[in-house]
Amino acid sequence: MTHDLSEAIANNREPENNWREYFSFSTDHKVIGVQYMVMTFIFFLLGGLLAMIIRAELLTPEANLVDRPLYNGLFTMHGTIMIFLWIIPFNAGLSNYLVPLMIGARDMAFPLLNAISFWILPPAGLLLLSSFLLPNGTAQAGWWSYPPVSLQVPAGQLINGQFIWIVSLVLIGISSIMGAVNFVTTIFWMRSPGMTFFRMPVFVWSVFSAQLLQLINLPSLTGALILLLLDLSFGTQFFKPEGSGDPIIYQHLFWFYSHPAVYIMALPAFGIIAEVLPAFARNPLFGYRSVAIATLGIAGISIFVWVHHMFTSATPGWMRMTFMATSMLVAIPTGVKAFAWTATIWRSKLHLETPMLFAMGGAAMFIFGGVTGVMLAATPFDIHVNNTYFVVGHFHYIVFNTITMAIFAGIYFWFPKITGRMYAEGWGKLHFWLTFIPANITFFSMHPLGLQGMLRRISSYDPQYQGWNVIASLGSFLLGASTLPFIANIVGSWLYGAKAVDNPWHATGLEWTTSSPPPRDNFEEIPIVKRPPYDYGDPKYSFVENSDDDE
Amino acid sequence: MQHRTIHLDESPIRFDRWRRRLPNWLQRFLPSGGGSHEDHHGKGMFGFSVFLLSESIIFLSFIFTYVALRLNTSNWLPPGVSGPELSKLVIINTVVLLSSSFVIQPAENALKRNQLRKFRRLWLITIAMGIYFLIGLLIEWKNLDFKLTTGLVGSTFYLLTGFHGLHVLAGVVLQIIMLIRSFIPGNYHKTHFGASATTLFWHFVDVVWVFLFSLLYLWRA
Repeated sequence: MTHDLSEAIANNREPENNWREYFSFSTDHKVIGVQYMVMTFIFFLLGGLLAMIIRAELLTPEANLVDRPLYNGLFTMHGTIMIFLWIIPFNAGLSNYLVPLMIGARDMAFPLLNAISFWILPPAGLLLLSSFLLPNGTAQAGWWSYPPVSLQVPAGQLINGQFIWIVSLVLIGISSIMGAVNFVTTIFWMRSPGMTFFRMPVFVWSVFSAQLLQLINLPSLTGALILLLLDLSFGTQFFKPEGSGDPIIYQHLFWFYSHPAVYIMALPAFGIIAEVLPAFARNPLFGYRSVAIATLGIAGISIFVWVHHMFTSATPGWMRMTFMATSMLVAIPTGVKAFAWTATIWRSKLHLETPMLFAMGGAAMFIFGGVTGVMLAATPFDIHVNNTYFVVGHFHYIVFNTITMAIFAGIYFWFPKITGRMYAEGWGKLHFWLTFIPANITFFSMHPLGLQGMLRRISSYDPQYQGWNVIASLGSFLLGASTLPFIANIVGSWLYGAKAVDNPWHATGLEWTTSSPPPRDNFEEIPIVKRPPYDYGDPKYSFVENSDDDE
Repeated sequence: MQHRTIHLDESPIRFDRWRRRLPNWLQRFLPSGGGSHEDHHGKGMFGFSVFLLSESIIFLSFIFTYVALRLNTSNWLPPGVSGPELSKLVIINTVVLLSSSFVIQPAENALKRNQLRKFRRLWLITIAMGIYFLIGLLIEWKNLDFKLTTGLVGSTFYLLTGFHGLHVLAGVVLQIIMLIRSFIPGNYHKTHFGASATTLFWHFVDVVWVFLFSLLYLWRA
């Protein structure tokens, strides 16, 4: 049904390489992918700006920059924007661009649905931001919006920040579900002949696993939000303790999605690392099949770990023990990945271009964030540091130092493919070092702060915490500044960069066999796959003649 | 046996043996490389099934909330409230909804065999049964002695029946659209996918009702 209509739209489309296309309702997965990526990057800048206001507030122990309701709104919106309007949709955009190219398809399975799931996002994001203009400000209960805190909004108003927060999140959820249906169907049905599951690049495996999680877990968040909305505005009592409702049920429903959401964000990032490392080490990905199975394994285990966010929520002892064990179990497949990355670059001649720097930086940071993750999975330790900056430090090592760095690696890696132009290498390296060092200054400082007992989500604190806070804040301002060379590089190179060849990195993978940027239907002819992925260094398979000519 | 190209060299499991035993529709989902690009009906049905998987999770999260709240609440019914009654109306409504699955399936089969008149007749009966169920639901709501805001019993009852009722409504709307489409000449293939998806959706709504019916009416306070 959708296919015929989208074909009709496709036949009437404007000529190639028209910039107006990026502002139009296109059903081409490549255009939609770029639309996603550019839009989410704007939200990333906004979310970063909010973070810097938060850090500026925390420079001094007193709350003197913003008042407390606004501060609450700032960290709520920072978390919401970064998760739901930056990382998850950015991954959807990058996957949108790459998956059909990587599996040898002409487009996604349902192109019209794909376009709709993108175009839901800008109104949902604007709706969320519009809540800053309300008399009582935005939602203030944190990105998880636990009741009964989230139900304590000024009474007698139907439209308040919390209401708008719920509505826009439900909209974003609908968009994600549509996207997930599309990705799963595409990967099952649209693979080119010979592209077996065990010939798919790890990035495709990652997208597949992440989107399965979206399908299975996201509806639980939508359900929780519907119940919260009914409680907030229509007088039901699901989560109201005074009406014998149970706020803990919200936590269960919420974390049933929002823990796997970490992997929905992280798996595609791991996928990017697994694409970039072999290309710049000129080595096949070590243990490809184990990595692919580990990807599914992470997704599978992550469904059964959500209670580790609730160790201090009056959770019975047997449940704490069980979920401590399952949470630690995740370390096994993630460990497989980390060792596979290490073994891939073992004894290889590294080419340290910008994508490789970001991928290696992200992988290294993941080791650190992963170790603190295992620490937090241990119930006694978690109870000790619960709700402190240690937790904030841990997840920023994952979401910024690992995932966002991997995303930058991906942007630089596929920039020539997407735009047909090369980025400026020097600016890229400057961007890397300006990101890597301040990111570590900022987020490392949070660990000692948390161990000393500084709570999160407070705007004023005991003066004994000021030292580390000042270091973290200064680091965060540098981190914010690091975005400037990136924007200059990307915009400048897109407009004036040198023309890129089809395969500048001499990488394997179907996306490099077509032109840069790819034509409307991706391939002149649907490729027939006869070789495993990552066959670097095996001249028998290599389709690029003399792939080592840059040495 | 006729030789067929299956790319097995990369598979850790002996898929060739499995594939021979599995029914046709399941084989499509197994790693074979190159799902048919042209099979729009199959692709659409696959996507729609995946979507229904998601829908069932929303229902599951509501059912989980209902069961957890009910097990934790000592006096489930507030004073003066008798709770949802297993009345004659509810039983007839349930029978009508569940038997409609046995009407819509022959309708879809008829469409597959290009018997358009039979399809329209059975399809119309299904629409009538769906509308009957919705009217019955509204009458039941009107006669109940509690509201949405009457304690947890009201919150959960109206949530579950209301959310299910919305799905029935969506199913009826889809059925009406497909009926209209079947009169537009040259629209056969589009109608066929839409009708198959609607049929699947309708079965899904029925199965959900079996669970809701048992939980809401058979589980006595």
